[in-house]
Amino acid sequence: MMADASDTAPEAGLSRRVVEILVALILMGLAAMVLWDSYERGAGWDGGPQNGFFPARVGWILLIAAVAALVSALRREDSVFVTYGQLRMVASVFLPLLLYVTGIEFLGLYVASALFMALFMIMLGDFRWWQTLLAVVAVPLIAFWVFEVQFRLSLPKGPVEAMLGY
Amino acid sequence: MDDLHQLLLGFQVALSWTNVMFMVVGVLLGIVVGVLPGLGGPNGVAILLPLTFGMDPTSAIILLSSIYWGALFGGAITSILFNIPGEAWSVATTFDGYPMAQQGRAGEALTAAFTASFIGALAGVVLITFVAPLVAKFALRFGPAEFFGVFFLTFCSFIGMGKENKAKIVASLAIGFLLAAVGLDTISGDLRLTFGVSELIKGFDFLVVVIGLFGVSEILLTIEEGLHFKGKKAAIDLKVVLRTWASLPRYWATLIRSSVVGMWMGVTPGGAIAASFMGYGLAKRFSRTPENFGRGEMEGVLAPETAAHAAGTSALLPMLALGIPGSATAAVLLGGLMIWGLQPGPLLFVEKKEFVWGLIASMYLGNVAGLLIVLATVPVFAAIMRIPFALVAPIILIVCAIGAYTVESSRFDIWLMLVFGVIGYVFKKLDYPLAPLVLALVLGDRAEDAFRQALLGSGGDLSVFFSNGLVSTLMVVGLLLLFWGPLSAGRRLVMGRITPTQSAPTSPRG
Repeated sequence: MMADASDTAPEAGLSRRVVEILVALILMGLAAMVLWDSYERGAGWDGGPQNGFFPARVGWILLIAAVAALVSALRREDSVFVTYGQLRMVASVFLPLLLYVTGIEFLGLYVASALFMALFMIMLGDFRWWQTLLAVVAVPLIAFWVFEVQFRLSLPKGPVEAMLGY
Repeated sequence: MDDLHQLLLGFQVALSWTNVMFMVVGVLLGIVVGVLPGLGGPNGVAILLPLTFGMDPTSAIILLSSIYWGALFGGAITSILFNIPGEAWSVATTFDGYPMAQQGRAGEALTAAFTASFIGALAGVVLITFVAPLVAKFALRFGPAEFFGVFFLTFCSFIGMGKENKAKIVASLAIGFLLAAVGLDTISGDLRLTFGVSELIKGFDFLVVVIGLFGVSEILLTIEEGLHFKGKKAAIDLKVVLRTWASLPRYWATLIRSSVVGMWMGVTPGGAIAASFMGYGLAKRFSRTPENFGRGEMEGVLAPETAAHAAGTSALLPMLALGIPGSATAAVLLGGLMIWGLQPGPLLFVEKKEFVWGLIASMYLGNVAGLLIVLATVPVFAAIMRIPFALVAPIILIVCAIGAYTVESSRFDIWLMLVFGVIGYVFKKLDYPLAPLVLALVLGDRAEDAFRQALLGSGGDLSVFFSNGLVSTLMVVGLLLLFWGPLSAGRRLVMGRITPTQSAPTSPRG
C-alpha cells in the first residue's frame, strides 16, 4: 500500500500514520499521568479551586484532543513520514549530538565541543586537515573568551580545565 | 500630546551611543539569525537572552528587539536568492522573489522586499505608538477576571484562526499549559506533576524549551532536506535601489492593504505567517494581471513582506499593553521582561514610562538602521549561505547547548534541550503547531493565577466571568473565535487561491 501517486519512484520510509498514532498514544499517556497526579492531590473544589484543578481540566482537554488526533490519523491516507535515507542523514547529526551532550557531563563543555566539531566535520564534511584543526581549536577558545571572560558566565568544566587550574 | 512628548524623551533614551551600538549589533546578529537555518527569531532571541541578564533592561530589550528586526529582514535574503525561506513568514516571498532573481532582477527584488518590510514595520510601530497607550490605559481597570478573559480570548483565537488540524492546536496549547504547571505551585506551595523527580521541581524553563523546539529541531530538518544551495548572485547598487524606489508609489494600494492585514493579524495572534499568505492572496486577487503572479511580479514580493513585517511588529502591541504576546518571538521577549523584573502589562506604561517609550523609539530607529544595514550588506550575508553546513551546524548546536545551559547553569537543561529538539522535529513533521505551545508555556502560570484569583474573589462562583459587560464581552468573543468554523472556511477559500505550491512549504520554519 506504499504506492504513491507521484511519478518518481516512491522511496521506502517510516509510515506517517504509524508515527501519528504513536504520538497520539504518547499524548494520551501523558494526559493520563497528569490526571492521576492531579486527582491524587485533589482536583476538586474546596472553597476555591484546589491546586490540581487547573492541570486536571487541561489534562482532560489534552486527552480529548489526543483521541481526536488519533481518529483523524486512522482516517487519513498514509504517506511517508521520513524516508530511510533521510532518517540516516538525521541520525548522522543526532548521534554525534547525543554523544556531545553525554560528553559535556564527563569532559566539560569545552573539550566536548572540540571533539564534537572534529567528529562532525570529519564525518559530514570534506575539509582539509588544517581547516578541521583550526575550527576545533578556535571554537572552544572563542566560546571561552566570550562567555567566561566577557560575560563572566561559568560553563560546565571537566578534568582538563581542572588540570589547567579552572 | 503627552504621548508624543514621551516619545521624544524615548528617542533621547534610544539615541545614546551605547543603545545605537546595541541596535546595530542586534540588527547584524538578527540578519545572521534570519539567514542561517536552525537559528530563527525566537531561538536567536532565546539563546542571547541569558547574556543580557546583567545589562540595563532598556539596552537589553533594544538589543533583543533589534535581533527581531534583523531576523525579519534576513528571512527575505534566502527566500529571494536561494529559494529557501529562512523563516516561515517569508515562504510567500519565494513565490515571486526567486523567479525575479532567476531573471537577473535579484537586486530589484531584494530592494523591494526590504523596503516593503520597512513600510510594514513602520505601520506597525505607528500603530503601537498611538494605540498601545490607549489599550494600556483601558486595561488598568482590569481585575483578575478580565485578565483571564483576555487570556481566554487569546487562546481561543489561536484555536479558531489556526490553519492546522484543530485537535493538534488544542493538544499543543494543552502541553504548553501542563509544562508551565510542572514544579512549585505559587499559590498553594505544593509540588505539582514532578512525579518525584527532583530536577523537575524548578519546572520547565521556556528558554530551554524554545531552544530545543526551534533550534535543534530545525538543524535536524535542514539536514534531512539534503541541503542543495543553488544561490543567485546579488549585488545592489544605488541605481537599482533608486529605480526600485521610484516604482513603488505605483503599488500604494497593495502596500496599504498589506499593512492593514498585517496589523490586524499581528494584534490578534494570527501571526506573521498567516498575514504574509493573506497579503499575497489579496494582492493577487485585486491585481489586474493575476496571471503574472508566481513569475516574478514585484507586487508579489511587496505584498507578503509588508504584511509579514506589519504583523511581526504589531505582535508587540498586546505584549506591551496587556502582557500578552502575539507571536512566539514576542513571547520570548515577554519572558525576558519578566526575568529583568519588569511586569509586562498596563502598569508598565505608568511605572516604567522611560523604558516603554525608549523601546518604542528604538523600534523606529531600529528599522531605519535595519533597512540601511541590510541594503549595504546583502553580498556578505549571501556569502554566509555558502559556508559548508558541516561547519555551520556544529557551531549552531554548540551555541544552542551553551544557551540552554546558561539559563540556570544546569546540565540537566542541556538534556531537556535535546529532548525538546526531537519533540520539535516530530511535531513540525506532523503539523503540530509550536507557537501555541510556547505561548501557553509563557502565559500558563499567569492565566492560572488570574483564574484562581478571580474565583477566590468571588468565593468560587464561576459567574464572576460574566459579572460585568467587559468580561462578558471578552468571554463571548473568545467563544465566538473558538467556533470560527464557517468564517474560517471562507478564509481558506481565499488562501486556497494563492498558488497550488502552497501546500508544500507550510510547515513552520521559525
